[in-house]
Amino acid sequence: MNAPAPVKGCRDVPVLKQRGQREVFCGLTGIIWLHRKMQDAFFLVVGSRTCAHLLQSAAGVMIFAEPRFGTAILEEKDLAGLADANTELDREVARLLSRRPDIRQLFLVGSCPSEVIKLDLARAAERLSAMHAPAVRVYNYSGSGIETTFTQGEDACLAAMVPALPVTDARELLLVGALPDVVEDQALALLAAMGIGPVRCLPARRAAALTGVGPNTVFALTQPFLGDTHAALVRRGATHIAAPFPFGEEGTTLWLRAVADAFGVSDAVFEAVTAAPRARARRAVAAHAATLTGKSVFFFPDSQMEPCLARFLTRECGMTALEVGTPYLHTGLLGPDLDLLAEGPVISEGQDVDLQLDRVRSLRPDLTVCGLGLANPLEAEGLTTKWAIELVFTPVHFYEQAGDLAGLFSRPLRRKALLHREAAE
Amino acid sequence: MKLTLWTYEGPTHVGAMRVATGMQGLHYVLHAPQGDTYADLLFTMIERRNARPPVTYTTFQARDLGGDTANLFKDACREAYARFQPEAMIVGASCTAELIQDDPGGLAEAIGLPIPVIALDLPSYQRKENFGADETFFQICRALAKPVARTAAISCNLLGATGLGFRHRDDVAEITTLLGQMGVAVNVCAPMGARPSDIARMGAAHFNVLLYPETGEAAARWCEKTHGQPYTRTIPIGVQATRDFLAEVAGLTGLSPRIDETRLRQPWWSASVDSTYLTGKRVFLFGDATHVMAAARIARDEIGFDVVGMGCYNREQARPMRTAAKSYGLEALITDDYLEVEDAIAALAPELILGTQMERHIAKRLGIPCAVISAPVHVQDFPARYSPQMGFEGANVIFDTWIHPLVMGLEEHLLTMFREDFEFHDAAGASHHGGHAQALAPQEVAQPAPLPEPLVAAEPAEASGGDIFASKNGQEAPSAEVIWLSEAERELRKIPFFVRGKAKRNTEKFAADKGLTRISIDTLYEAKAHYAR
Repeated sequence: MNAPAPVKGCRDVPVLKQRGQREVFCGLTGIIWLHRKMQDAFFLVVGSRTCAHLLQSAAGVMIFAEPRFGTAILEEKDLAGLADANTELDREVARLLSRRPDIRQLFLVGSCPSEVIKLDLARAAERLSAMHAPAVRVYNYSGSGIETTFTQGEDACLAAMVPALPVTDARELLLVGALPDVVEDQALALLAAMGIGPVRCLPARRAAALTGVGPNTVFALTQPFLGDTHAALVRRGATHIAAPFPFGEEGTTLWLRAVADAFGVSDAVFEAVTAAPRARARRAVAAHAATLTGKSVFFFPDSQMEPCLARFLTRECGMTALEVGTPYLHTGLLGPDLDLLAEGPVISEGQDVDLQLDRVRSLRPDLTVCGLGLANPLEAEGLTTKWAIELVFTPVHFYEQAGDLAGLFSRPLRRKALLHREAAE
Repeated sequence: MKLTLWTYEGPTHVGAMRVATGMQGLHYVLHAPQGDTYADLLFTMIERRNARPPVTYTTFQARDLGGDTANLFKDACREAYARFQPEAMIVGASCTAELIQDDPGGLAEAIGLPIPVIALDLPSYQRKENFGADETFFQICRALAKPVARTAAISCNLLGATGLGFRHRDDVAEITTLLGQMGVAVNVCAPMGARPSDIARMGAAHFNVLLYPETGEAAARWCEKTHGQPYTRTIPIGVQATRDFLAEVAGLTGLSPRIDETRLRQPWWSASVDSTYLTGKRVFLFGDATHVMAAARIARDEIGFDVVGMGCYNREQARPMRTAAKSYGLEALITDDYLEVEDAIAALAPELILGTQMERHIAKRLGIPCAVISAPVHVQDFPARYSPQMGFEGANVIFDTWIHPLVMGLEEHLLTMFREDFEFHDAAGASHHGGHAQALAPQEVAQPAPLPEPLVAAEPAEASGGDIFASKNGQEAPSAEVIWLSEAERELRKIPFFVRGKAKRNTEKFAADKGLTRISIDTLYEAKAHYAR
């Protein structure tokens, strides 16, 4: 179904920017998938009871599986004097590390309260790194709501790791972005089949596997929300391979093509490696496109993946995008996706949720992609919704997941049709 | 600082949200950073609400911190009023906004809205969710409940039911029915379902029914003092407590406490011979104090369990909790650290746990049956079907809920009778319908292989099945000098797995007390006779 690139894409269309109430997660939520990916890391949030409550609400039953994250909850006495807070933190970290000797990387994660009282976690990370070296390396980043939205937490985390990476002169490909292991393995296999290598990943599954970076490093992003990490890698001299993000058959092919070009892979080899999985992906997507084609979709801002997903749904599934909301639009990274997204939808950055709800109610799209705080209320108003968080927690990248990705959007529509069969008769 | 992995209660402003979301025509403007809107999904997902919680967040960001957060707050109040046209508004700060020290009450007053605006002061770094709900409801009553004439007929208010409350929806329905049968009308049920204009006429009731002390006690006390309305002290969870509650209402009103009990089945279910095997089953209770204290009475006096441990996570109710525990000969466990609860359970090795969703997971880990009696709970404990905890139907629901996780009496006897059953042994897994049980069994059972290692060495794995004579931490050193003879070892292996740990420890203690160094089959059965209850 892939259409040729539109005459005019969305890269330069005016963006609707609104400020007001936002209905989004803060960056702390990133911990929930990052701690699964980094198997010897512990994420210690320095924050309030609200932060702890957020994590347990968002992590659901995962909280009961001995998670490698926790919250050092600030108490009244910590707010009285800051010197005290540092001693307290040192003590809690020492206790934590003695209980979990398998931990190699400790992330001190800043929150709104710790940022507002200007608790210097960067200094604390340096101090603690020295205290617990060489067994444990302590990093710091902020996942606070005042600074980060949802997936930006991963960006802040990875960006904090970049300055500490060792220097290398080797020409290596670096894949940047936390992917489910099964997806990462598929990507590595495709690249290996084209003779591209060595390939490293950031984040790595274990601290010992952390990569080096230098002027000969080239890197490709697998996630659109990695603006700060991109900047940090460029500062280290690495070169970015610009491409659409690997969602859907088309996105994956263009992403691989860009990487292959950077490594001088011939058309014949590229074709030989990608032909079969491309055909599989197209077939898998087609099964769902039958449900999706001709339907309209409206994105509330959530993860910054919205422009890529709108590109996939409009070009490979035949949907019409009405509004593509994103918490933050990094045109530099998303340019290739925006070029492919035909002009038409409103591109909105930021949010005033009540005004946006007014728009969705007047447009009445066939499918609304939104957060869990809005989904049931909108369903009760007769709109069909797809809750957005699943798009971050489910394997959706590259060829073999293209059908699953389309399936996430077709399922609510098929369900609506099933439940309304009686009414239709 | 305190390292926390899991919390029983959310922050104070979530308590305020529970009050606001329970009510109608009230709006909450919360000074909070971007991200705090996560709390909405507790209501839209766990409680499955079909509308957004009536909460506007200012969602300030780092760039706002320069100084216009106060204006942000004022704008949010104006816009919320214009859009939602509430009858009254509550305003307050979340933990982060508490630090930046804008004054929500003062700011809201300054913009001069034509409705009552109630300022909340909820100390986020000292208190928790239940306090937030209790205090918010109290402040709303204080601001809105006016002195009014009593209703002609006898009426009461129901106090304490909120959004996200464990079975609050059905408890309200059940108690309303019971009171109706006595001839008492409900004047206002609040916060759940009430509008600010309903709060204003709360004074018309003759008395108050305090359903949940955790979320309604401050308001009940205030109504007693200000409006001269007495409130009920008995929580009608359980048959006896419900009858006591009706008697208490009769005392307040002069009406007859005798009401129709034809649909009350719990006493007969519990008296029937099917239930004999429940006698003396050892049960551990944990949750909010109200539900735990009510459950303890049901457990001991209505079902015949042995209550071996009880506690609560909400310190506000620590005093009544300690007093109640004392009457069971126990010391109450007051903690909000689930690891302490897990240690206590492991040490006591109960046969049934009644607790929150966290105890459910602890129970799963320890292989002990469990039922949920208190918040916090998962989505499955906001059921579609009618399932109160209070009143007579509540007693029926509780009997079913608590008994289901236990091995049924007949099943227990069959397990003892056919302890080497080829498809129903402890390695067969939870269901004996599966094919894997048969696949595993024949060789193993036909020729019971010698145990891979002496049982004494397997001590740590057996710790959770320890006996009632074990030291408090369950880590009593194994009596290393006592040796199990191989025949006795095999006999021990025939005992059903859920009592094997207890049998092993009892026998070892018995042997040690007798100065025996070897355990034979005879020692095993002598010990069994010795400890028979």
